[in-house]
Amino acid sequence: MTSIRVVPKGGRGVSAEVNLESKLGTLVLPSPVLTASGCAASGKELSQFVDLTTIGAVVTKSIMMSPRSGRATPRMAETPSGMLNSIGLQGPGIDDFLEHDIPWLASKGVRTMVSIAGNDVEEFGRLAARVKRAGDSVVALEVNISCPNVANRGLVFACQPHSAAEVISIVRRNVGGAFPIFAKLSPDVTDIVEIAKACVDAGATGLSLINTLLGMVINTETLKPALAGVTGGLSGPAIRPVAVRAVWQVHAALPHVPLIGMGGILTGEDAFEFILAGASAIAIGTANFHDPSALTRVQKELSVLLAERGFSALQDAIGFAHRKV
Amino acid sequence: MNFQPLQVEGELLSNRRVGAYHLITIVVPGIPERIRPGNFVALSVGGESTSTLLRRSFSVYQAQERGLYGGTLELVISAHGAGTRWLAALAPHQMINVVGPLGRPFPLPKDPVHALLVGGGYGSAPLFMLADALRQRGCRVDMALGAASADRLFGTLEARRVTNALSIATDDGSLGVQGRVTDAARSILERANIDVIYACGPMPMLSALTTLGGEFGVMVQCAVEESMACGIGICMTCVLPVRGNDDVVRMSRSCVDGPVFAGDRVLWESIGSVPEETLGAPKASEH
Ligand SMILES: Cc1cc2nc3c(=O)[nH]c(=O)nc-3n(C[C@H](O)[C@H](O)[C@H](O)COP(=O)(O)OP(=O)(O)OC[C@H]3O[C@@H](n4cnc5c(N)ncnc54)[C@H](O)[C@@H]3O)c2cc1C
Ligand SMILES: Cc1cc2nc3c(=O)[nH]c(=O)nc-3n(C[C@H](O)[C@H](O)[C@H](O)COP(=O)(O)O)c2cc1C
Ligand code: FES
Repeated sequence: MTSIRVVPKGGRGVSAEVNLESKLGTLVLPSPVLTASGCAASGKELSQFVDLTTIGAVVTKSIMMSPRSGRATPRMAETPSGMLNSIGLQGPGIDDFLEHDIPWLASKGVRTMVSIAGNDVEEFGRLAARVKRAGDSVVALEVNISCPNVANRGLVFACQPHSAAEVISIVRRNVGGAFPIFAKLSPDVTDIVEIAKACVDAGATGLSLINTLLGMVINTETLKPALAGVTGGLSGPAIRPVAVRAVWQVHAALPHVPLIGMGGILTGEDAFEFILAGASAIAIGTANFHDPSALTRVQKELSVLLAERGFSALQDAIGFAHRKV
Repeated sequence: MNFQPLQVEGELLSNRRVGAYHLITIVVPGIPERIRPGNFVALSVGGESTSTLLRRSFSVYQAQERGLYGGTLELVISAHGAGTRWLAALAPHQMINVVGPLGRPFPLPKDPVHALLVGGGYGSAPLFMLADALRQRGCRVDMALGAASADRLFGTLEARRVTNALSIATDDGSLGVQGRVTDAARSILERANIDVIYACGPMPMLSALTTLGGEFGVMVQCAVEESMACGIGICMTCVLPVRGNDDVVRMSRSCVDGPVFAGDRVLWESIGSVPEETLGAPKASEH
């Protein structure tokens, strides 16, 4: 993989003294701040609050082959410093997505990572092939093999090394070459390093850590589960220590593999924690619901904090907490 | 037409009890002039180090472009959960982050029609700006307000000022006639020639009014209340089954496609489920 993908720089919004450039394999982004899949739709709504060309990239809501209604309501329950969701991958399907969402993102000059989700290995392969041909604004693919909101837990590909690898192999085969592929992993496994290794061996450029944790809330008035889907994915600051741990473990085992860290990032300081643990980029999910300008704010705060801690480039801080003094 | 929402750090001007509710006034420069009747705003709650991160959505009762302190919004808060209790306990000068205007406002008629406005509980809040806008267009405005008890009615005095006729119904009969607001609406429909109904309140009330409107051949514009996490269209939690103009049923986001929907477009009976005919509904084999 020698070719360098050069991506137009964001320019404004990034502090001049700290170089925030984020290298994800051959992909170079002007900022490490991304949106977390499913927490920014396809960018349009958030663009009312954030200049999306100034962040690293928009990661779009996981898209499937066919339109999907998602689950019944209630789909959400607030929890201490977080929330439980069971959206169930509602979306318009790949045709509509490529016809409307990608052209909009491209017309605005927004770097885009497309997240894909399949019911089976085949579907991931077909989606990857479609996205690969979607144009220059698509800079990478995120493969969501870890959505907890599926009817059968056994179908969470990221729970087994061999099923995770199977998906990544077909995606790699179908996109070919050096196109950046990130496998999104679940923390709900015994050994996340084992799954991470299987994905990298199967051709993943890097890993996105972490998806939500499977959780549950019971409504004490109705005496029933709070979500129509019974269980849901837990996100927000409540899961941050779990996410930092996952990034730490995977970076320790695979120090040269680029990681996108996420889980409860609300501030620049939170983002910095992930960088120190070994993430090359970070994604913001639930915080967008709390503060629709979170992306811009976190980017600024991170830049200031890096400077305060004596880093002139983001690159120098990645995995710094692992260094032996 | 819709204005682009702003995110503004607001300052509480006043907070007073009105019956079972709290009426809060927030200074939020920029937002009030953009509010149309039926728009809502989403507030962050719990202060700087909050553990309740999701936004709380509220209808706008009054929006004042210019005041002594700059533009203000008045909201009616019914305190029950963590966030609404926090809002109800706010003291002057405390800061609240406000996002708005959000959602599609009530569509206004071009002609000077005869409108019936129906509010259930604090659902009356957005109807006063609407009544003003309708009257400015020469419409005749009747209003029916209902609640469990008198203290859960909001704005009955104000309602007399902005309407041509007012009916009140309470479940316990503590004010107005004893009974449901839908019964009050029925008697108005029976005696007057109503062209359009605007409604805001609990979902069962909206559902019943839609049926009633159908009986009399009157369109019902409903402002719905679905549980929301963001209010701006990015989380997909606030959906309900709605039939589009293309006749396709979709799980529509009530924060951006609503909160105002034509009642006959909403599959009221199916709220809380995914009707089989919905685009992309799970096949029976997937259950
Ligand atoms: C368009 C719209 C207009 C509204 N207008 C008013 C109003 O004028 N006055 C008023 O008192 N209330 C209004 N509500 C309801 C108000 O948003 C909820 O009562 C409030 O969010 C509950 O917050 P909580 O902290 O008390 O409850 P919690 O149960 O702690 O809330 C947890 C989460 O669930 C969401 N949630 C829970 N119940 C509701 C609900 N009924 N509607 C929407 N989200 C909910 C909250 O936003 C929050 O994200 C409106 C709701 C909508 C959607
Ligand atoms: C409402 C909601 C929807 C989500 N949808 C997706 C999705 O479609 N695909 C995906 O890979 N992750 C999805 N996620 C997970 C997030 O991308 C992210 O991994 C997780 O929420 C942790 O980050 P956070 O704490 O910053 O939200 C979703 C999360 C939430 C809260
Ligand atoms: S409340 Fe988030 S999409 Fe409607």
